[in-house]
Amino acid sequence: MDRLNFDIAHLLAGGLVLTSFMLLYQDRLYALLNTYALQALVLALAVGWQAHIQHAPHLYITAAIAVVFKALVIPFALHRMVAQLGVHREVESVVSLVPTMLAGIALVALSMVVMLRVTEGADPLAREDLAFALSVILLGLLMMVTRSNAVSQVVGFMSLENGLILAAAAARGMPLVVEISVAFSVLIALIVIGIFLFRIRERFDTVDLQALDDFRGERR
Amino acid sequence: MALLESLAIQILEMLIVLAAAPLLTGFVRKVKARLLRKRGPPLLQPYRDLIKLTKKEVVIAESASWLFRALPYLVFAATWVAAALVPTFGAGLMFSWSADMIAITALLGSARFFLALAGMDVGTSFGGIGSSREMMFATLAEPAMLMIVFTLALIAGSTQLSTVAAFMLSPAVGVRVSLGLAMVGLVIVAIAENARIPVDNPATHLELTMVHEAMVLEYSGRHLAMIELSAQLKLVLYVSMIACIFVPFGLAPPGAGWRDLLIGAAAYFTKLAGAGALLALFETSVAKMRVFRAPDFIGVALMLGLLATLLRFVSREM
Repeated sequence: MDRLNFDIAHLLAGGLVLTSFMLLYQDRLYALLNTYALQALVLALAVGWQAHIQHAPHLYITAAIAVVFKALVIPFALHRMVAQLGVHREVESVVSLVPTMLAGIALVALSMVVMLRVTEGADPLAREDLAFALSVILLGLLMMVTRSNAVSQVVGFMSLENGLILAAAAARGMPLVVEISVAFSVLIALIVIGIFLFRIRERFDTVDLQALDDFRGERR
Repeated sequence: MALLESLAIQILEMLIVLAAAPLLTGFVRKVKARLLRKRGPPLLQPYRDLIKLTKKEVVIAESASWLFRALPYLVFAATWVAAALVPTFGAGLMFSWSADMIAITALLGSARFFLALAGMDVGTSFGGIGSSREMMFATLAEPAMLMIVFTLALIAGSTQLSTVAAFMLSPAVGVRVSLGLAMVGLVIVAIAENARIPVDNPATHLELTMVHEAMVLEYSGRHLAMIELSAQLKLVLYVSMIACIFVPFGLAPPGAGWRDLLIGAAAYFTKLAGAGALLALFETSVAKMRVFRAPDFIGVALMLGLLATLLRFVSREM
Protein backbone atom coordinates (compact mmCIF):
# COMPACT_ATOMS: atom_id res chain seq x y z
CA MET A 1 0.00 0.00 0.00
CA ASP A 2 2.83 2.32 0.95
CA ARG A 3 4.46 1.59 -2.39
CA LEU A 4 1.31 2.45 -4.31
CA ASN A 5 1.03 5.73 -2.36
CA PHE A 6 4.55 6.64 -3.37
CA ASP A 7 4.03 5.58 -6.96
CA ILE A 8 0.94 7.72 -7.41
CA ALA A 9 2.59 10.73 -5.77
CA HIS A 10 5.57 10.19 -8.09
CA LEU A 11 3.25 9.93 -11.08
CA LEU A 12 1.42 13.17 -10.27
CA ALA A 13 4.55 15.16 -9.45
CA GLY A 14 6.22 13.82 -12.59
CA GLY A 15 3.11 14.83 -14.52
CA LEU A 16 3.59 18.37 -13.21
CA VAL A 17 7.12 18.47 -14.63
CA LEU A 18 5.78 17.10 -17.90
CA THR A 19 3.13 19.84 -18.12
CA SER A 20 5.91 22.39 -17.60
CA PHE A 21 7.57 20.98 -20.71
CA MET A 22 4.24 21.09 -22.51
CA LEU A 23 4.06 24.79 -21.67
CA LEU A 24 7.48 25.27 -23.25
CA TYR A 25 6.34 23.39 -26.36
CA GLN A 26 3.22 25.43 -27.15
CA ASP A 27 3.36 28.00 -29.92
CA ARG A 28 -0.15 29.44 -29.73
CA LEU A 29 -1.29 31.72 -26.93
CA TYR A 30 -4.67 30.07 -26.34
CA ALA A 31 -3.14 26.59 -26.35
CA LEU A 32 -0.61 27.91 -23.83
CA LEU A 33 -3.37 29.10 -21.52
CA ASN A 34 -5.21 25.76 -21.81
CA THR A 35 -2.00 23.93 -20.96
CA TYR A 36 -1.56 26.18 -17.96
CA ALA A 37 -5.06 25.23 -16.78
CA LEU A 38 -4.10 21.57 -17.23
CA GLN A 39 -1.00 22.10 -15.12
CA ALA A 40 -3.06 23.66 -12.36
CA LEU A 41 -5.37 20.65 -12.49
CA VAL A 42 -2.43 18.24 -12.18
CA LEU A 43 -1.13 20.35 -9.29
CA ALA A 44 -4.50 20.10 -7.56
CA LEU A 45 -4.46 16.32 -7.97
CA ALA A 46 -0.89 16.09 -6.64
CA VAL A 47 -1.68 18.26 -3.62
CA GLY A 48 -4.93 16.39 -3.00
CA TRP A 49 -3.03 13.10 -3.03
CA GLN A 50 -0.51 14.53 -0.54
CA ALA A 51 -3.43 15.53 1.68
CA HIS A 52 -4.74 11.98 1.48
CA ILE A 53 -1.48 10.23 2.36
CA GLN A 54 -0.30 12.77 4.95
CA HIS A 55 -3.76 12.93 6.57
CA ALA A 56 -3.56 16.72 6.36
CA PRO A 57 -7.06 18.06 5.64
CA HIS A 58 -5.94 21.65 5.15
CA LEU A 59 -4.10 20.56 2.00
CA TYR A 60 -7.48 19.77 0.47
CA ILE A 61 -8.20 23.51 0.70
CA THR A 62 -4.93 24.18 -1.14
CA ALA A 63 -6.03 21.77 -3.84
CA ALA A 64 -9.42 23.45 -4.06
CA ILE A 65 -7.77 26.88 -4.36
CA ALA A 66 -5.60 25.51 -7.16
CA VAL A 67 -8.64 24.24 -9.05
CA VAL A 68 -10.78 27.34 -8.62
CA PHE A 69 -8.21 30.08 -9.07
CA LYS A 70 -5.52 28.57 -11.23
CA ALA A 71 -7.45 26.14 -13.37
CA LEU A 72 -10.50 28.32 -13.89
CA VAL A 73 -10.25 32.01 -12.90
CA ILE A 74 -6.73 32.89 -14.06
CA PRO A 75 -6.84 31.09 -17.45
CA PHE A 76 -10.28 32.56 -18.10
CA ALA A 77 -9.09 36.07 -17.21
CA LEU A 78 -6.02 35.67 -19.41
CA HIS A 79 -8.20 34.41 -22.27
CA ARG A 80 -10.30 37.56 -21.99
CA MET A 81 -7.20 39.73 -21.83
CA VAL A 82 -5.67 38.18 -24.95
CA ALA A 83 -8.96 38.62 -26.77
CA GLN A 84 -9.22 42.26 -25.71
CA LEU A 85 -5.60 43.04 -26.43
CA GLY A 86 -6.19 41.91 -29.98
CA VAL A 87 -2.57 40.95 -30.41
CA HIS A 88 -1.63 38.22 -32.84
CA ARG A 89 -1.75 34.95 -31.04
CA GLU A 90 1.57 33.34 -31.72
CA VAL A 91 4.15 32.94 -29.02
CA GLU A 92 7.37 34.56 -30.13
CA SER A 93 10.34 32.89 -28.57
CA VAL A 94 13.84 34.26 -28.38
CA VAL A 95 15.45 30.81 -28.54
CA SER A 96 14.12 28.11 -30.85
CA LEU A 97 12.37 25.02 -29.59
CA VAL A 98 14.95 22.25 -29.50
CA PRO A 99 17.65 24.20 -27.61
CA THR A 100 14.97 25.34 -25.14
CA MET A 101 13.91 21.75 -24.55
CA LEU A 102 17.50 20.63 -24.06
CA ALA A 103 18.09 23.49 -21.63
CA GLY A 104 14.95 22.40 -19.80
CA ILE A 105 16.22 18.83 -19.53
CA ALA A 106 19.53 20.16 -18.21
CA LEU A 107 17.66 22.19 -15.58
CA VAL A 108 15.68 19.12 -14.47
CA ALA A 109 18.91 17.16 -14.16
CA LEU A 110 20.47 20.02 -12.19
CA SER A 111 17.59 20.26 -9.76
CA MET A 112 17.68 16.51 -9.17
CA VAL A 113 21.39 16.50 -8.51
CA VAL A 114 21.05 19.44 -6.12
CA MET A 115 17.94 18.35 -4.28
CA LEU A 116 18.82 14.69 -3.86
CA ARG A 117 22.17 15.64 -2.43
CA VAL A 118 20.84 18.32 -0.10
CA THR A 119 17.95 16.30 1.31
CA GLU A 120 19.88 13.12 2.00
CA GLY A 121 18.26 11.06 4.74
CA ALA A 122 14.86 12.73 4.53
CA ASP A 123 11.63 10.97 3.74
CA PRO A 124 11.85 9.70 0.11
CA LEU A 125 8.44 11.13 -0.72
CA ALA A 126 9.47 14.64 0.35
CA ARG A 127 12.80 14.32 -1.46
CA GLU A 128 11.16 13.33 -4.70
CA ASP A 129 8.55 16.08 -4.47
CA LEU A 130 11.14 18.73 -3.65
CA ALA A 131 13.29 17.70 -6.59
CA PHE A 132 10.32 17.91 -8.96
CA ALA A 133 9.17 21.20 -7.44
CA LEU A 134 12.59 22.76 -8.02
CA SER A 135 12.49 21.59 -11.65
CA VAL A 136 9.06 23.15 -12.15
CA ILE A 137 10.34 26.42 -10.69
CA LEU A 138 13.43 26.43 -12.90
CA LEU A 139 11.35 25.57 -15.98
CA GLY A 140 9.04 28.49 -15.18
CA LEU A 141 12.06 30.77 -15.01
CA LEU A 142 13.35 29.32 -18.28
CA MET A 143 10.03 30.08 -19.88
CA MET A 144 10.18 33.69 -18.68
CA VAL A 145 13.67 34.05 -20.09
CA THR A 146 13.06 32.48 -23.49
CA ARG A 147 9.79 34.21 -24.36
CA SER A 148 9.49 37.75 -25.55
CA ASN A 149 5.71 37.96 -25.37
CA ALA A 150 4.43 39.46 -22.11
CA VAL A 151 1.46 37.10 -21.81
CA SER A 152 3.61 33.99 -22.03
CA GLN A 153 6.00 35.49 -19.50
CA VAL A 154 3.05 35.85 -17.14
CA VAL A 155 2.19 32.19 -17.71
CA GLY A 156 5.81 31.28 -16.93
CA PHE A 157 5.59 33.22 -13.69
CA MET A 158 2.35 31.50 -12.71
CA SER A 159 3.74 28.04 -13.43
CA LEU A 160 6.75 28.89 -11.27
CA GLU A 161 4.32 29.52 -8.44
CA ASN A 162 2.78 26.07 -9.03
CA GLY A 163 6.18 24.59 -8.30
CA LEU A 164 6.34 26.51 -5.01
CA ILE A 165 2.97 25.09 -3.96
CA LEU A 166 4.13 21.56 -4.71
CA ALA A 167 7.26 22.06 -2.61
CA ALA A 168 5.20 23.49 0.24
CA ALA A 169 2.71 20.62 0.13
CA ALA A 170 5.50 18.06 0.26
CA ALA A 171 7.42 19.73 3.09
CA ARG A 172 4.50 19.30 5.52
CA GLY A 173 4.99 22.65 7.14
CA MET A 174 3.08 25.37 5.40
CA PRO A 175 0.23 26.81 7.44
CA LEU A 176 -3.05 27.53 5.73
CA VAL A 177 -2.76 31.28 6.27
CA VAL A 178 0.41 31.43 4.23
CA GLU A 179 -1.17 29.33 1.52
CA ILE A 180 -4.22 31.55 1.24
CA SER A 181 -2.18 34.73 1.24
CA VAL A 182 0.07 33.32 -1.49
CA ALA A 183 -2.98 32.48 -3.57
CA PHE A 184 -4.33 35.98 -3.19
CA SER A 185 -1.04 37.66 -3.88
CA VAL A 186 -0.88 35.72 -7.12
CA LEU A 187 -4.33 36.97 -7.99
CA ILE A 188 -3.30 40.54 -7.22
CA ALA A 189 -0.15 40.03 -9.27
CA LEU A 190 -2.39 38.93 -12.13
CA ILE A 191 -4.43 42.12 -11.86
CA VAL A 192 -1.33 44.32 -11.71
CA ILE A 193 0.23 42.48 -14.64
CA GLY A 194 -3.01 42.81 -16.54
CA ILE A 195 -2.97 46.57 -16.10
CA PHE A 196 0.64 46.66 -17.21
CA LEU A 197 -0.18 44.58 -20.26
CA PHE A 198 -2.81 47.07 -21.34
CA ARG A 199 -0.44 49.98 -20.69
CA ILE A 200 2.31 48.36 -22.76
CA ARG A 201 -0.18 47.62 -25.52
CA GLU A 202 -1.46 51.20 -25.49
CA ARG A 203 2.02 52.61 -25.67
CA PHE A 204 3.74 50.30 -28.16
CA ASP A 205 0.89 48.58 -30.03
CA THR A 206 2.35 45.21 -29.10
CA VAL A 207 2.98 43.05 -26.05
CA ASP A 208 6.32 41.95 -27.37
CA LEU A 209 8.79 43.05 -24.74
CA GLN A 210 11.53 43.52 -27.28
CA ALA A 211 9.75 46.76 -28.15
CA LEU A 212 10.66 47.96 -24.66
CA ASP A 213 14.30 47.13 -25.21
CA ASP A 214 14.24 49.03 -28.47
CA PHE A 215 12.59 51.97 -26.74
CA ARG A 216 15.32 52.15 -24.14
CA GLY A 217 17.88 52.08 -26.92
CA GLU A 218 19.17 48.60 -26.06
CA ARG A 219 19.42 47.31 -29.56
CA ARG A 220 20.85 43.90 -30.16
CA MET B 1 14.62 -32.02 -28.75
CA ALA B 2 13.94 -28.82 -26.84
CA LEU B 3 16.44 -27.09 -29.08
CA LEU B 4 14.65 -28.28 -32.19
CA GLU B 5 11.32 -27.18 -30.83
CA SER B 6 12.50 -23.66 -29.99
CA LEU B 7 14.15 -23.44 -33.39
CA ALA B 8 10.87 -24.45 -34.98
CA ILE B 9 9.01 -21.79 -33.00
CA GLN B 10 11.58 -19.19 -34.00
CA ILE B 11 11.30 -20.03 -37.70
CA LEU B 12 7.51 -20.12 -37.48
CA GLU B 13 7.54 -16.71 -35.84
CA MET B 14 9.79 -15.24 -38.52
CA LEU B 15 7.52 -16.60 -41.25
CA ILE B 16 4.37 -15.34 -39.55
CA VAL B 17 5.84 -11.86 -39.20
CA LEU B 18 6.84 -11.86 -42.86
CA ALA B 19 3.43 -13.11 -43.97
CA ALA B 20 1.51 -10.70 -41.75
CA ALA B 21 3.47 -7.59 -42.78
CA PRO B 22 1.59 -6.76 -46.02
CA LEU B 23 -1.68 -7.67 -44.34
CA LEU B 24 -1.17 -5.06 -41.62
CA THR B 25 -0.39 -2.38 -44.19
CA GLY B 26 -3.47 -3.37 -46.16
CA PHE B 27 -5.55 -3.30 -43.02
CA VAL B 28 -4.36 0.21 -42.10
CA ARG B 29 -5.14 1.42 -45.64
CA LYS B 30 -8.57 -0.19 -45.50
CA VAL B 31 -9.47 1.36 -42.13
CA LYS B 32 -8.23 4.74 -43.30
CA ALA B 33 -10.35 4.53 -46.42
CA ARG B 34 -13.41 3.48 -44.41
CA LEU B 35 -12.90 6.40 -42.01
CA LEU B 36 -12.97 8.72 -45.01
CA ARG B 37 -16.13 6.95 -46.22
CA LYS B 38 -14.37 5.41 -49.19
CA ARG B 39 -14.43 1.75 -50.01
CA GLY B 40 -10.65 1.37 -50.18
CA PRO B 41 -8.54 -1.34 -51.82
CA PRO B 42 -9.11 -4.95 -50.73
CA LEU B 43 -7.14 -6.23 -47.75
CA LEU B 44 -4.94 -8.44 -49.92
CA GLN B 45 -3.94 -5.65 -52.29
CA PRO B 46 -0.39 -5.24 -50.87
CA TYR B 47 0.30 -8.94 -51.62
CA ARG B 48 -0.89 -8.47 -55.19
CA ASP B 49 1.27 -5.37 -55.55
CA LEU B 50 4.32 -7.26 -54.34
CA ILE B 51 3.68 -10.19 -56.67
CA LYS B 52 3.17 -7.89 -59.61
CA LEU B 53 6.33 -5.94 -58.82
CA THR B 54 8.43 -9.11 -58.69
CA LYS B 55 7.17 -10.10 -62.15
CA LYS B 56 8.02 -6.74 -63.70
CA GLU B 57 11.21 -5.84 -65.45
CA VAL B 58 13.85 -3.99 -63.46
CA VAL B 59 14.93 -0.64 -64.85
CA ILE B 60 18.25 0.62 -63.54
CA ALA B 61 19.76 4.00 -64.21
CA GLU B 62 22.99 4.06 -66.20
CA SER B 63 24.85 5.83 -63.43
CA ALA B 64 23.89 3.23 -60.79
CA SER B 65 26.68 1.24 -59.16
CA TRP B 66 26.56 -2.34 -57.86
CA LEU B 67 25.48 -0.91 -54.50
CA PHE B 68 22.19 0.13 -56.02
CA ARG B 69 21.35 -3.48 -56.90
CA ALA B 70 22.60 -5.00 -53.66
CA LEU B 71 21.08 -2.55 -51.20
CA PRO B 72 17.40 -3.60 -51.34
CA TYR B 73 18.37 -7.10 -50.22
CA LEU B 74 20.59 -5.74 -47.45
CA VAL B 75 17.83 -3.49 -46.19
CA PHE B 76 15.37 -6.35 -46.24
CA ALA B 77 17.77 -8.72 -44.47
CA ALA B 78 18.60 -6.26 -41.70
CA THR B 79 14.92 -5.50 -41.10
CA TRP B 80 13.93 -9.15 -41.10
CA VAL B 81 16.65 -10.11 -38.64
CA ALA B 82 15.59 -7.24 -36.38
CA ALA B 83 11.99 -8.43 -36.62
CA ALA B 84 13.06 -11.95 -35.67
CA LEU B 85 14.45 -10.61 -32.39
CA VAL B 86 11.11 -9.21 -31.20
CA PRO B 87 8.87 -11.66 -29.33
CA THR B 88 5.46 -11.68 -30.98
CA PHE B 89 3.33 -14.44 -29.47
CA GLY B 90 5.88 -16.39 -27.43
CA ALA B 91 8.62 -14.94 -25.25
CA GLY B 92 10.87 -18.00 -25.47
CA LEU B 93 12.46 -17.19 -28.80
CA MET B 94 15.79 -18.70 -29.59
CA PHE B 95 17.34 -15.63 -31.18
CA SER B 96 15.93 -13.30 -28.60
CA TRP B 97 18.64 -14.36 -26.12
CA SER B 98 21.43 -13.58 -28.50
CA ALA B 99 20.58 -9.94 -29.10
CA ASP B 100 18.77 -7.16 -27.30
CA MET B 101 17.00 -3.88 -27.96
CA ILE B 102 20.26 -2.07 -28.64
CA ALA B 103 21.01 -4.62 -31.38
CA ILE B 104 17.56 -4.04 -32.85
CA THR B 105 18.18 -0.29 -32.89
CA ALA B 106 21.54 -0.86 -34.55
CA LEU B 107 20.06 -3.17 -37.20
CA LEU B 108 17.34 -0.67 -38.03
CA GLY B 109 19.93 2.10 -38.08
CA SER B 110 22.05 0.21 -40.59
CA ALA B 111 18.97 -0.50 -42.73
CA ARG B 112 18.31 3.22 -42.78
CA PHE B 113 21.93 3.95 -43.66
CA PHE B 114 21.77 1.54 -46.61
CA LEU B 115 18.56 3.11 -47.83
CA ALA B 116 20.03 6.61 -47.62
CA LEU B 117 23.07 5.40 -49.59
CA ALA B 118 20.75 3.96 -52.22
CA GLY B 119 18.96 7.29 -52.45
CA MET B 120 22.20 9.07 -53.23
CA ASP B 121 23.72 6.40 -55.46
CA VAL B 122 22.05 7.35 -58.73
CA GLY B 123 22.78 11.01 -58.25
CA THR B 124 19.34 12.46 -58.90
CA SER B 125 18.27 15.42 -56.82
CA PHE B 126 15.18 13.70 -55.40
CA GLY B 127 17.16 10.83 -53.96
CA GLY B 128 19.60 13.25 -52.39
CA ILE B 129 16.89 15.39 -50.83
CA GLY B 130 15.12 12.30 -49.47
CA SER B 131 18.33 10.94 -47.97
CA SER B 132 19.27 14.22 -46.37
CA ARG B 133 15.82 14.61 -44.81
CA GLU B 134 15.79 11.02 -43.61
CA MET B 135 19.16 11.59 -41.93
CA MET B 136 17.90 14.83 -40.36
CA PHE B 137 15.04 12.90 -38.76
CA ALA B 138 17.36 10.07 -37.78
CA THR B 139 19.66 12.35 -35.80
CA LEU B 140 16.75 12.90 -33.41
CA ALA B 141 14.89 9.60 -33.68
CA GLU B 142 17.86 7.34 -32.95
CA PRO B 143 18.99 9.00 -29.72
CA ALA B 144 15.35 9.09 -28.66
CA MET B 145 15.07 5.36 -29.26
CA LEU B 146 18.25 4.72 -27.29
CA MET B 147 17.10 6.86 -24.37
CA ILE B 148 13.83 4.91 -24.28
CA VAL B 149 15.79 1.66 -24.32
CA PHE B 150 17.90 2.93 -21.42
CA THR B 151 14.79 3.85 -19.44
CA LEU B 152 13.29 0.41 -19.95
CA ALA B 153 16.61 -1.22 -19.08
CA LEU B 154 16.86 0.81 -15.87
CA ILE B 155 13.35 -0.19 -14.84
CA ALA B 156 13.37 -3.83 -15.90
CA GLY B 157 17.04 -4.47 -15.24
CA SER B 158 17.68 -5.90 -18.70
CA THR B 159 17.78 -4.91 -22.34
CA GLN B 160 16.42 -8.28 -23.49
CA LEU B 161 12.90 -7.84 -24.77
CA SER B 162 11.77 -11.19 -23.31
CA THR B 163 12.97 -10.21 -19.83
CA VAL B 164 11.38 -6.78 -20.12
CA ALA B 165 8.07 -8.37 -21.15
CA ALA B 166 8.25 -10.81 -18.23
CA PHE B 167 8.95 -7.91 -15.86
CA MET B 168 6.01 -5.94 -17.21
CA LEU B 169 3.73 -8.88 -16.52
CA SER B 170 4.92 -9.19 -12.91
CA PRO B 171 3.32 -7.11 -10.13
CA ALA B 172 6.66 -5.37 -9.47
CA VAL B 173 5.88 -2.83 -12.17
CA GLY B 174 3.46 -0.60 -10.25
CA VAL B 175 2.48 2.82 -11.51
CA ARG B 176 5.43 4.54 -13.10
CA VAL B 177 5.49 7.88 -14.84
CA SER B 178 8.70 6.94 -16.66
CA LEU B 179 6.98 4.06 -18.42
CA GLY B 180 4.19 6.32 -19.65
CA LEU B 181 6.71 8.81 -21.02
CA ALA B 182 8.71 6.02 -22.64
CA MET B 183 5.59 4.65 -24.29
CA VAL B 184 4.58 7.99 -25.79
CA GLY B 185 8.17 8.52 -26.91
CA LEU B 186 8.35 5.09 -28.53
CA VAL B 187 5.07 5.67 -30.36
CA ILE B 188 6.41 8.96 -31.74
CA VAL B 189 9.62 7.27 -32.84
CA ALA B 190 7.59 4.51 -34.49
CA ILE B 191 5.46 7.03 -36.38
CA ALA B 192 8.54 8.91 -37.55
CA GLU B 193 10.51 5.80 -38.51
CA ASN B 194 7.65 4.30 -40.48
CA ALA B 195 7.09 7.53 -42.43
CA ARG B 196 3.51 7.82 -41.24
CA ILE B 197 1.44 10.95 -41.53
CA PRO B 198 2.53 13.85 -39.34
CA VAL B 199 6.12 13.30 -40.46
CA ASP B 200 5.79 11.86 -43.95
CA ASN B 201 2.91 10.71 -46.10
CA PRO B 202 3.24 7.12 -47.33
CA ALA B 203 0.60 7.57 -50.03
CA THR B 204 1.87 10.60 -51.89
CA HIS B 205 4.40 11.38 -54.57
CA LEU B 206 4.25 15.11 -54.06
CA GLU B 207 7.86 16.14 -54.50
CA LEU B 208 7.95 18.94 -51.96
CA THR B 209 6.97 16.81 -49.00
CA MET B 210 8.10 13.27 -49.60
CA VAL B 211 10.95 11.78 -47.64
CA HIS B 212 10.89 8.01 -47.80
CA GLU B 213 9.35 7.87 -51.27
CA ALA B 214 11.97 10.28 -52.59
CA MET B 215 14.78 7.95 -51.59
CA VAL B 216 13.31 4.94 -53.36
CA LEU B 217 12.08 6.83 -56.42
CA GLU B 218 14.62 5.22 -58.75
CA TYR B 219 13.75 1.66 -57.80
CA SER B 220 11.50 -0.60 -59.81
CA GLY B 221 10.53 -4.23 -60.19
CA ARG B 222 11.74 -6.77 -57.66
CA HIS B 223 14.04 -4.24 -55.98
CA LEU B 224 11.06 -2.03 -55.21
CA ALA B 225 9.16 -5.08 -53.97
CA MET B 226 11.99 -5.81 -51.51
CA ILE B 227 11.99 -2.23 -50.25
CA GLU B 228 8.20 -2.12 -49.89
CA LEU B 229 8.22 -5.42 -48.06
CA SER B 230 10.90 -4.25 -45.66
CA ALA B 231 8.94 -1.05 -44.98
CA GLN B 232 5.89 -3.17 -44.17
CA LEU B 233 8.02 -5.45 -42.03
CA LYS B 234 9.32 -2.45 -40.12
CA LEU B 235 5.79 -1.37 -39.27
CA VAL B 236 5.01 -4.83 -37.90
CA LEU B 237 8.29 -4.79 -35.99
CA TYR B 238 7.51 -1.52 -34.23
CA VAL B 239 3.93 -2.56 -33.45
CA SER B 240 5.16 -5.90 -32.06
CA MET B 241 7.83 -4.16 -30.01
CA ILE B 242 5.39 -1.68 -28.47
CA ALA B 243 2.89 -4.50 -27.83
CA CYS B 244 5.55 -6.74 -26.31
CA ILE B 245 6.85 -4.03 -23.97
CA PHE B 246 3.74 -2.18 -22.92
CA VAL B 247 0.86 -4.64 -23.42
CA PRO B 248 2.49 -8.05 -23.01
CA PHE B 249 -0.77 -9.73 -22.04
CA GLY B 250 -1.26 -13.17 -23.51
CA LEU B 251 2.42 -13.52 -24.38
CA ALA B 252 3.33 -17.19 -23.99
CA PRO B 253 6.17 -17.67 -21.46
CA PRO B 254 9.36 -19.51 -22.48
CA GLY B 255 8.87 -23.26 -22.77
CA ALA B 256 5.10 -22.97 -23.01
CA GLY B 257 2.92 -25.65 -24.56
CA TRP B 258 1.02 -25.40 -27.82
CA ARG B 259 -2.11 -24.16 -26.08
CA ASP B 260 -0.34 -21.14 -24.63
CA LEU B 261 1.23 -20.46 -27.99
CA LEU B 262 -2.17 -20.48 -29.67
CA ILE B 263 -3.54 -18.07 -27.07
CA GLY B 264 -0.44 -15.93 -27.62
CA ALA B 265 -0.99 -15.94 -31.37
CA ALA B 266 -4.63 -14.93 -30.97
CA ALA B 267 -3.63 -12.13 -28.58
CA TYR B 268 -0.91 -11.03 -30.98
CA PHE B 269 -3.27 -10.71 -33.93
CA THR B 270 -5.77 -8.83 -31.78
CA LYS B 271 -3.02 -6.42 -30.77
CA LEU B 272 -1.92 -5.95 -34.40
CA ALA B 273 -5.48 -5.21 -35.46
CA GLY B 274 -5.98 -2.80 -32.55
CA ALA B 275 -2.72 -0.98 -33.28
CA GLY B 276 -3.55 -0.79 -36.99
CA ALA B 277 -6.96 0.70 -36.27
CA LEU B 278 -5.47 3.23 -33.83
CA LEU B 279 -2.79 4.19 -36.35
CA ALA B 280 -5.41 4.73 -39.07
CA LEU B 281 -7.53 6.80 -36.70
CA PHE B 282 -4.53 8.92 -35.72
CA GLU B 283 -3.48 9.41 -39.33
CA THR B 284 -6.91 10.59 -40.41
CA SER B 285 -7.21 13.01 -37.50
CA VAL B 286 -3.91 14.90 -37.87
CA ALA B 287 -2.49 16.93 -40.71
CA LYS B 288 0.94 16.40 -42.15
CA MET B 289 3.59 18.74 -40.77
CA ARG B 290 5.94 20.91 -42.74
CA VAL B 291 9.24 19.09 -43.17
CA PHE B 292 11.10 21.59 -41.02
CA ARG B 293 8.50 21.33 -38.29
CA ALA B 294 8.92 17.55 -38.09
CA PRO B 295 12.21 17.73 -36.09
CA ASP B 296 10.25 19.53 -33.35
CA PHE B 297 7.81 16.61 -33.30
CA ILE B 298 10.55 13.98 -33.17
CA GLY B 299 12.43 16.13 -30.67
CA VAL B 300 9.52 15.58 -28.31
CA ALA B 301 10.34 11.86 -28.35
CA LEU B 302 13.94 12.62 -27.46
CA MET B 303 12.82 14.98 -24.70
CA LEU B 304 10.41 12.37 -23.32
CA GLY B 305 13.13 9.72 -23.37
CA LEU B 306 15.56 11.95 -21.48
CA LEU B 307 12.87 13.01 -19.01
CA ALA B 308 11.83 9.41 -18.42
CA THR B 309 15.41 8.46 -17.64
CA LEU B 310 15.78 11.40 -15.26
CA LEU B 311 12.49 10.77 -13.48
CA ARG B 312 13.46 7.12 -13.07
CA PHE B 313 16.39 8.15 -10.88
CA VAL B 314 14.04 9.79 -8.40
CA SER B 315 11.90 6.84 -7.54
CA ARG B 316 11.27 4.44 -4.77
CA GLU B 317 14.60 2.65 -4.92
CA MET B 318 16.52 5.78 -3.98
